[in-house]
Amino acid sequence: MNRSFILAFCLLLLAPVHSLDVQADEASNRSEINSLKQQLHQTRLLLEQMQKRLNHLEQQQGENAATAAAQMQTVKPATASATAPAGQSSAPVAATNPPPYAPPPAMPEQAAAPSGSASANVFNPEISAVLNGGYQAFSQPPSGFAIPGFPIGDAAGLGKRGLGLNESELDLASNIDNLFYGSLTVSLAPDGGANVEEAFLQTLNAPFGLTLKAGRFFSGIGYLNQFHAHHDDFIDRPLPNRAFLNTQFGDDGVQIRWLAPTDTFLELGGELYSGNAFPGGGGAFRGLGTWDGFMNVGGDIGYSQSWKAGISYLQTRAIGRSAFDAAGNAVASFSGNSRLLLANLVWKWAPNGNPVNKNFRFQSEFFYRHERGLFGVASPNAAYLGKQFGWYAEGVYQFMPGWRVGLRHSELFANNSGASVIAGGLLDSAGHRPRRDSAVIGYNNSEFSRIRLQLARDNTQSKVDYQLGLQYIMLIGAHGAHQF
Amino acid sequence: MKRYLQQFTLILLAGVAMTAFASLAEASVRVFACEPEWAALATEIGGDQVSIYTATHALQDPHHIQARPSLIARMRRADLLIATGAQLEIGWLPVLLRQSANPAVQPGQPGNLAAADYVRKMDVPSRVDRAMGDIHPGGNPHIQTDPRNIAIVAGVLLRRLQQIDPDHADGYRARYNSFMQRWNGAMQRWQQQAAPLRGLHILVYHKGWAYMMRWLGMVEAGTLEPVPGVPPTTSHLATLLAKLKQQPVSMIIYAAYQDSRAAEWLADRANIKAVKLPFTVGGADSATDLFGLYDDTIHRLLTAAGKSS
Repeated sequence: MNRSFILAFCLLLLAPVHSLDVQADEASNRSEINSLKQQLHQTRLLLEQMQKRLNHLEQQQGENAATAAAQMQTVKPATASATAPAGQSSAPVAATNPPPYAPPPAMPEQAAAPSGSASANVFNPEISAVLNGGYQAFSQPPSGFAIPGFPIGDAAGLGKRGLGLNESELDLASNIDNLFYGSLTVSLAPDGGANVEEAFLQTLNAPFGLTLKAGRFFSGIGYLNQFHAHHDDFIDRPLPNRAFLNTQFGDDGVQIRWLAPTDTFLELGGELYSGNAFPGGGGAFRGLGTWDGFMNVGGDIGYSQSWKAGISYLQTRAIGRSAFDAAGNAVASFSGNSRLLLANLVWKWAPNGNPVNKNFRFQSEFFYRHERGLFGVASPNAAYLGKQFGWYAEGVYQFMPGWRVGLRHSELFANNSGASVIAGGLLDSAGHRPRRDSAVIGYNNSEFSRIRLQLARDNTQSKVDYQLGLQYIMLIGAHGAHQF
Repeated sequence: MKRYLQQFTLILLAGVAMTAFASLAEASVRVFACEPEWAALATEIGGDQVSIYTATHALQDPHHIQARPSLIARMRRADLLIATGAQLEIGWLPVLLRQSANPAVQPGQPGNLAAADYVRKMDVPSRVDRAMGDIHPGGNPHIQTDPRNIAIVAGVLLRRLQQIDPDHADGYRARYNSFMQRWNGAMQRWQQQAAPLRGLHILVYHKGWAYMMRWLGMVEAGTLEPVPGVPPTTSHLATLLAKLKQQPVSMIIYAAYQDSRAAEWLADRANIKAVKLPFTVGGADSATDLFGLYDDTIHRLLTAAGKSS
């Protein structure tokens, strides 16, 4: 029926062409005839295409009827014999006799219909939750933890002894529209209480290679700081991250990044923050108390190696920044200027650039902090000049799919002076270099589940603490993509 | 210190200016191809008018690519991104898109082409559960194993190139026509060559060959992965081995980027052949372009089945 319709249509098209042809003025209209011939040719092509498309649709229709229940896996030709090999498994395996030759649609873009049911919830954001818990054992009581010479924030301490839950996390992320991307991460403390860890928007369409970010987010300084803890290969963050950044620095603010139009990765960034979060405090300069800048470069060496290096500088004015003990009590406060310089390097190796079976990562960061101001137990009242240094280096080797081992060394040193440094006090390092060595073995069953065992020799204080940690991290929901 | 800083800034600016200048002399469309098959297709249709960067190669698992700085830098200046889509690159492409600060290649723009959007996908799960492994809710993304899909994507790519670079629209059309003529001929040839493969039952490492098996009329008898994305386990291989004693298959196939040990282990014990297939352009010495990819694949399958002429 369809075919006869097309033939009739074809004849209709041909008729005026012929009559025109006859009436044509020979001398002047040769070119016109040619162009008409061309038109005719094109019409024929179009018809052929329509016919093909019609056949294709007919085929689909027949097929739909034949395999109404199953997922459609086969293109069934009219000549298919009854001896098509039948599938064995319970899954609907294709009865596979392809047609002798099935040309593809000539104008596929018109035929294109992105699949997937368009129900209302397809616009739901990526939702995921992280379950995190385990067991920890310490040879020294963790409640006595301190870092000699360092006034630390409230999140720098060790976890609790025994079985316990760590922070659970809820994430929502999505493109908001064509201009913005948004992400919300709420962390749920094990004893109750929710905390907005990150809540930011980011531009997608800014010109000149610029990206703007606003809200609350983890800072882009250093390397490890911007990653969520569940991404890590160790149970805890390195000692310098805990001492200088209160484990992870994030605050309410804005960020601008510029990516250079070069084949080698070069990125410059700057951030301005409220100044409430450690190492700041008190929201100086009417709530613009902290700023920083960073530069990252990176690239590949052959197929198997890649690297990224960066330097960052952060400056803040702290007003009454509290220093905490391991129990979470504020025991002293600081007012003054704090400057932090960071340098970082990460180098990754994967044979042929395929990290699935084997890969290795080396990563190291250096920290130098200069603090000047007033420090005191009751109130900031005595002079304090702090020059503090720290670094860590770690290597993680995945030796077979799913299995990883890692080693890390962290070290700190404080050289504080001023009237606030009293023997046996918080700022007195007594010449001790806090250091810590950890070894970890981890197993991933899939990208969504991880279990690991970590042993550490913690010489942060003069008495050595031997620590054992067992941890699980489970990701429910959307598949988050990982940064380098 | 200040002087060093000034010098550094000067060098930086000079570098940026030089790159910007160099970019003026380049081809008119910069293509960022996520997989080698799309790079090869862009070469066929774009010719000299495009410069192509391929994000991955045949020895990499396209599911698991690290969002390396080099990839971000390359995407920054791309005019056209060609990805497979259907969540194949979900572990890395979203990061590149967000960090590359390139409006031209964001989803919805002409510069963003997800090939799998234009073909009818197989294995679309009716139910999605992670216990089923790392499955793709949109269907099987490994569409490049059927040359008919390549032909469909070629048409889409032609339109996109014409849209992005209208000045060379005729050139793209001519190259497309030439490619399609050769491709149609080749498809007929492959179909004839592969006729003896029809009806063969085979084991696969990963569900990466569904489209090819439909095209050639082969039957998938199982996967070495217990569930998609989870590497073969000894217990699962033992189960497969027991099953093979009951229902033999003619061969085990795996991709160039996959670990051969599981396939070899099972093939040895079941006394069948384990066949490494290129899977994409560059996965074997002779798979240097799209034509070579299929020539090589069919040759290897026929050899393993003992049916090569």
